Amino acid sequence: MALRSVVSRKTLAPALRHYRSLTTFTLPDLPYDYGALEPAISGEIMRLHHQKHHQTYVTNYNKALEQLDAAVSKGDAKGVVQLQSALKFNGGGHVNHSIFWQNLKPVSEGGGEPPHGALGWAIDKDFGSLEALVKKINSEGAALQGSGWVWLALDKEQKILKVETTPNQDPLVTKGVSLVPLLGVDVWEHAYYLQYKNVRPDYLTNIWKVINWKYASEVYEKESA
Amino acid sequence: MVLQLVMAPNWCGCGVASANSTKISTNAFKMSSNRFNFSKPYPGRAYRVTAYYSLTTPPYELDALEPYMSKRTVEIHWGKHHNEHVERLNKHLKTSAFYGHTLEEMVKATYNNGSPLVEFNDSSSVWSHDFFWESMQPNGGSMPKGGVLDQIEKDFGTFTNFKDEFTFAALSIFGPGWVWLYLKKNERKLAVAPTQNAISPLVWGDIPIIGLDMWEHAYYLDYKDDRSAYVNNFLDHLVSWHSVMVRMMRAEAFVNLGKPKIPVA
Repeated sequence: MALRSVVSRKTLAPALRHYRSLTTFTLPDLPYDYGALEPAISGEIMRLHHQKHHQTYVTNYNKALEQLDAAVSKGDAKGVVQLQSALKFNGGGHVNHSIFWQNLKPVSEGGGEPPHGALGWAIDKDFGSLEALVKKINSEGAALQGSGWVWLALDKEQKILKVETTPNQDPLVTKGVSLVPLLGVDVWEHAYYLQYKNVRPDYLTNIWKVINWKYASEVYEKESA
Repeated sequence: MVLQLVMAPNWCGCGVASANSTKISTNAFKMSSNRFNFSKPYPGRAYRVTAYYSLTTPPYELDALEPYMSKRTVEIHWGKHHNEHVERLNKHLKTSAFYGHTLEEMVKATYNNGSPLVEFNDSSSVWSHDFFWESMQPNGGSMPKGGVLDQIEKDFGTFTNFKDEFTFAALSIFGPGWVWLYLKKNERKLAVAPTQNAISPLVWGDIPIIGLDMWEHAYYLDYKDDRSAYVNNFLDHLVSWHSVMVRMMRAEAFVNLGKPKIPVA
């Protein structure tokens, strides 16, 4: 349009060469309805968790990325370092919750069905039995002070399964670069408080009814190939 | 503090050595000295006094903070979360070297300059929650008066500035934490700071004046994810300026906040 005739290709080209597009993120859709995980997790919690909490992480992550981009372009080292905690918190929140929605599945679509195949054998090898693994995850989840996540992880280097916890929204990789998350359980109070109040152990007991072991198996098989 | 009297047969904790004995065996020890004259309903046995912490009751009914903090929230927050910290602290104290410390001493000592010991979390949570309930009152909020208002205006410019700073700090916390109005001992002025998890200004040696719990369990049932409504209601309707005044008065015993008024003859 009018602007194009004013701005010649010559002046645009240098600007285009220096322009680095910033990838921003959007809230992923849930592959099921908010109420589909009841009675293990209430529809009200799922809606708030997805539409408010996860959305806030995405929004603030994008903001932090824009600020990071500006600081990097200006060569502002202090600014870049200062943004690290906001990036870890909000970026971690986005990463962790994106995995979490995949880790859950309505009962009618296979949620809660125990793992078979390679992951099932690996669990028996590394923990003794599925019950032992569930017990370990539940006890570590209940013992976590404050907010955080409890993970079933594959250590790609050592080729074993591990149970790890991370505080706040720290992603699993902060506990070890070779750790791949197979399952994450959110033990922030917003994940269960409206339904279970302070009784986190009940939330942990019930969430297994909607855990999507099929997704965990797929990730396991892909990463241990 | 609750004192529990525990009967411990054949154990005497008073540590008085009989001048005539060369070897003290607990079985042979006799409380023969006339200086100690407490009643002994069970002759031949001795007492050991132990002291653990108890759940202090908020200075108001559990529904008194409605509608800004529901009875259900107070019941669960105080009766379950706060209580759990008390019970866990007492469990630690059975075998802890910090048994017998006051809560404030224990918080400072177990913080251990940033590498907290196992007792820190529960002792600091117990202290902070006691402080939190007493930072609120029914029909609280509105404006402070007199010396408190003067000090706030001196250190924040205006009362509204203080409220804005307090709110901003509260909403800036990543994860669970607290927000504090506290008195800086060295700079002799009030300031606002957010802290993570169970940390309070006690750990860095300053004097807390207001504490607001920003853990999700403190507001989720009443406000869901709307933290700013929670903080605004706390400032406008719950904060006890009376408690603030009492705390400032006590703080002035440790920190000189102004020039003394020396009358000129």
